[in-house]
Parts: sequence; C-alpha cells; structure tokens
Amino acid sequence: MTSFAGSRAKADGPLKLAVPRGALFGEALDVLDAVGVDTSEPRGDSRSLIFETDGITLVTMRPSDVPTYVEAGAADVGITGKDVLLEQADRVVYELLDLGFGRCRMVLAARSGDDRLGEAQRRLGMMRIATKYPRIAERHFESTGRQIEVIEVKGSVELAPLIGLGDGIVDLVATGRTLEENGLEVREEIVECTARFVANRVAYKLRAAEIDELTAKLREAIRG
Amino acid sequence: MIHRIPPGTRDVLPDEMRELRKLKAALIEVFEARGYGEVATPAIEYDEVMARGDGRAAGSSYRFFDESGELLALRSDMTVPIARLLASRFAQAEPPHRLCYLASAYRAVRPQRGQMREFMQAGVELIGVPAPEGTVEVIEVLEAALDAAGLERAVIGLGDADLYRQLLEELGVEGEARDSVLASLAAHDLVGLEEKLREAGIAAEQVETCVALSQMRGGREVLEQAHGLGGGAVERATARLSETFDELDRRGAADRVQIDLGLLRDLGYYSGAILEVYDPALGHVIGGGGRYDDLMKRFGLDLSAAGFALYLERVHVAQMEESRRGGEA
Repeated sequence: MTSFAGSRAKADGPLKLAVPRGALFGEALDVLDAVGVDTSEPRGDSRSLIFETDGITLVTMRPSDVPTYVEAGAADVGITGKDVLLEQADRVVYELLDLGFGRCRMVLAARSGDDRLGEAQRRLGMMRIATKYPRIAERHFESTGRQIEVIEVKGSVELAPLIGLGDGIVDLVATGRTLEENGLEVREEIVECTARFVANRVAYKLRAAEIDELTAKLREAIRG
Repeated sequence: MIHRIPPGTRDVLPDEMRELRKLKAALIEVFEARGYGEVATPAIEYDEVMARGDGRAAGSSYRFFDESGELLALRSDMTVPIARLLASRFAQAEPPHRLCYLASAYRAVRPQRGQMREFMQAGVELIGVPAPEGTVEVIEVLEAALDAAGLERAVIGLGDADLYRQLLEELGVEGEARDSVLASLAAHDLVGLEEKLREAGIAAEQVETCVALSQMRGGREVLEQAHGLGGGAVERATARLSETFDELDRRGAADRVQIDLGLLRDLGYYSGAILEVYDPALGHVIGGGGRYDDLMKRFGLDLSAAGFALYLERVHVAQMEESRRGGEA
C-alpha cells in the first residue's frame, strides 16, 4: 500500500483507538475481534480505561467524547455513532468507514393520539422540543422551514413531553420500545445512524499505512 | 480584580515571550538568508480590498465602520494584504519578489475549542516564479524553517487544488451537487462523499475512483497508482505534482514531502500546488500554503505566486512536545 517515504515521520508507539462504552461497546469489540485485536481484557470486569493489546492501544470512553479525543490527536482513530458526529459536526475528524452496526434512527416523537405538536406550530408558530441533540434538532427544523425552541436535557428525554416540558422530543430510537412504553410515537424520521470509524487529521496523514491497513481490515470484517 | 479579555485572545508573559522571540528570530533569519525581505502591513484594511483577494464571504470575520462610514476589516491572513502591497508598491519593479512576514491575523472562533481569534503567522510569499520552480523554492524555505524551529520530524503534505475541480467538471457534476461533493472532500467524510457522488448520478466505477483518489497519500508510488485511474484531470494533476516532486528529489528535498491527493485547502484563492504541515507530536495542522497564480491578477498584476504560513503558536507547542519527547527518549 502507501508506504510513506519520509522515514523521519516515525510514529510514536502503537496506534491509539478510542472505543465507545455503552450501547456500541459490545459490537465495537466484536468487530475488533474480527480484525485480530485481542479484546479479552476490555471485555472483563476491569475498571481500567486503557488496554494495551498487541500492536494497538484501546482507550475506552463515552461515545460523545470520541470526537474530542480524536480531533485533538489524543486518540489516532476511533469508533462512534453518526448521531454523535452529526451533533458535533464542527469537530474536525475524518470519517473513514460506515461500520454498519448500532443502527438506529433519529426521530421527532410526540404523545400518541395528541395534537399538541401540530397545535403549537399552528397557533404559536413555534414548537418546544426537548432533546439531547440540540444541534441536530435545530438543523432539521431550520432546513424544513419551521421554528422551534430547543430545550436541552441530559437524561431520559421521554419524560419531558409527558409532564409538560416541551411539545415533542428529538431522540435516538433503536427498537421504539421506550417510546411506546411511555405513550409516545414517532412523527418524523430525521436521519438513520450507524457506527462510524473516524481518524485524526494528522494521524491519517502521518500514520497512513497503519490506518489504511486497519480500515481495509474493518471493511473486510463488516462485509464478512 | 479580574478584568476579562475576549475568548480566543491572550496575554503573553515573559517566559513564553522569551521562547517565542527566539523562535521568531530563528524563522526570520532563515527567510532573510534566502532573500526574503520582511514587510509589515496594517492589521486593518478596507473590506473591499480583503474581499477582492478572497471572493467568498469567508474573507474577514471582523468588519467595522470608520468615522467617515468606510467599511474596514481585520485581516484574516497575510497573503491578501501582501498581494495588495505588491500591486501598489512594486508594480514597476522587476519580478520576482521575495517577501516574508511575522504578523497577527484574526479569525472567528468556535467557542470552547481552544481556537485563537488572534494568532501569529510566520510566512513567505514568492511572486513571479511559476511552477514548478517557485513551488520547489517555497518548499525548500519551509523545510529550512522547520529545521530552524527544531521540528525535524515535521512532514509537508503536497496536493493539487485543481484536481477535484477539474475532475468533477469532467464528470459533469455542477452547481450545488459539486459544492456538496467538495464539502465532503474538504471534511474528508468518505462515507458522505460516496453518498453524494452517487446522488450526483455518477457511474459506480467513477465514484470508486474519486473515493480512492482522495485516500492516496505517500511517496512517488502514489502518482503511479493515481495515473492508473486515468482521466484528463487526474493526468494533469499528477503531471504537475510529479514535476514538482522530481525537482525536489533532484535537490534532495523530497524526503519529508508526502504527496497527498486528498488534500484540499479551504481558502478560495489557491490553484495548483497546495501544502499542509504536520508534526507527529501534535494533532493539529501547524501550517499551510500553496500556489495562487490568479490572486495577483485580481490586484492588476499578472504574476504567478506561491507561499506558506506557519502558525507560530502551534509551532511553539510542537517545539515543546518534541523537546519533551527528546528528554524522555
């Protein structure tokens, strides 16, 4: 492949890969297994955050921190959801590959059989939307020519419209069960999200051979 | 009592100032030794002058009116002010012109990201020497500057600003579709790039070619691989790049140059060769530049041009990281 002639650009130590804890953790480790990375340690009940494996260092963190670490170059490459990348669209990370797993939808949801949302838009010209994804929500409504007031919350967003905080929510939905159990229903689909493989801009240039090789292996693994 | 300063600006205290002064002196010495005379221009220009250089609205982030109602702008880089200076002061002089600078520039920042609203650039402009000689000279000066700063591991990415513009033209991708493809390329969003190329109605094979091209970076072998993909635009770009690279090689200056067909700079005035500077100790780009053969024309001088700027504060950070690393080794 691209063996870079500039031998002076020797990389410092093994490649550092940011692995998202949480919903994507298991499948991220599975795909790493498939490309020959030993993931037995992070799978164990260790409280460590950093795991040295043969040739690659796994750094575990919240999915929403992955773009931060990768942009700064503290991690060379990483795995995180497209929802995180869209919400932090101003972070400069290179998106190299759609890993295909962790598939879910970003949706606008509101109380089932209740027209508060439509009424707010008709009569007040403005919907109040609770969300953990204020930028995605703003962009979606702006691009469809509607005005909203964004209410940013950190925890269970489903709660908000049930007790009168906001007319609807923008949130990530995998099966839709949580929505259903809380008497909410999907009104609009905004975007479909999957896990992505991302790289730091400088690492992508200076560690080209290693990153290209890993990308190719990952591509192979998700096809298989 | 604490008095605020705007985010993205800062005070520099004696210890840092001493190091910065040393770094600046080392860089200016390199530039002067190669015949680049130092110039200074006002931090405030007329907005119409800045806009003439960079046609897109991106030009200046800070505009204001003076007492007679004229629209002024804080400069966002030094290349446009120097083009203005040359056209006004050196119109009759015999080219080529070699100028250098150490100056603050001003850009809008995104909050809480450590971005600087006011930052220092150290750079050179070589006016009136066409490609490839001019490009090669500028890269040699850049290498000498990096050595003088102690960044022996730094790498220079060399790409071509016209490659995708011409390639997309060849493929018949125009207007909005073209802009969104270029935006994906600039962000290096390969997943989005593939999507947008497909949406633009391009044949699958050519989509693959575009995506593959944008990932090609390395030594001379990259040019051969790219050439194999065919097409007039690719052929012209690789021919330009290999001319430059071969000349660098002849002079023993190609070692730290990485050919990069995925390189795209976000300033509007570049044409032909474009440069980016990286140091392995830092996750951010520490400098950039390239050719802007049409810029001088906009100021009424028909001269080719090339140059680069190093971001002084980032070079300083890289210096510290490198010396720390040296200490550990």
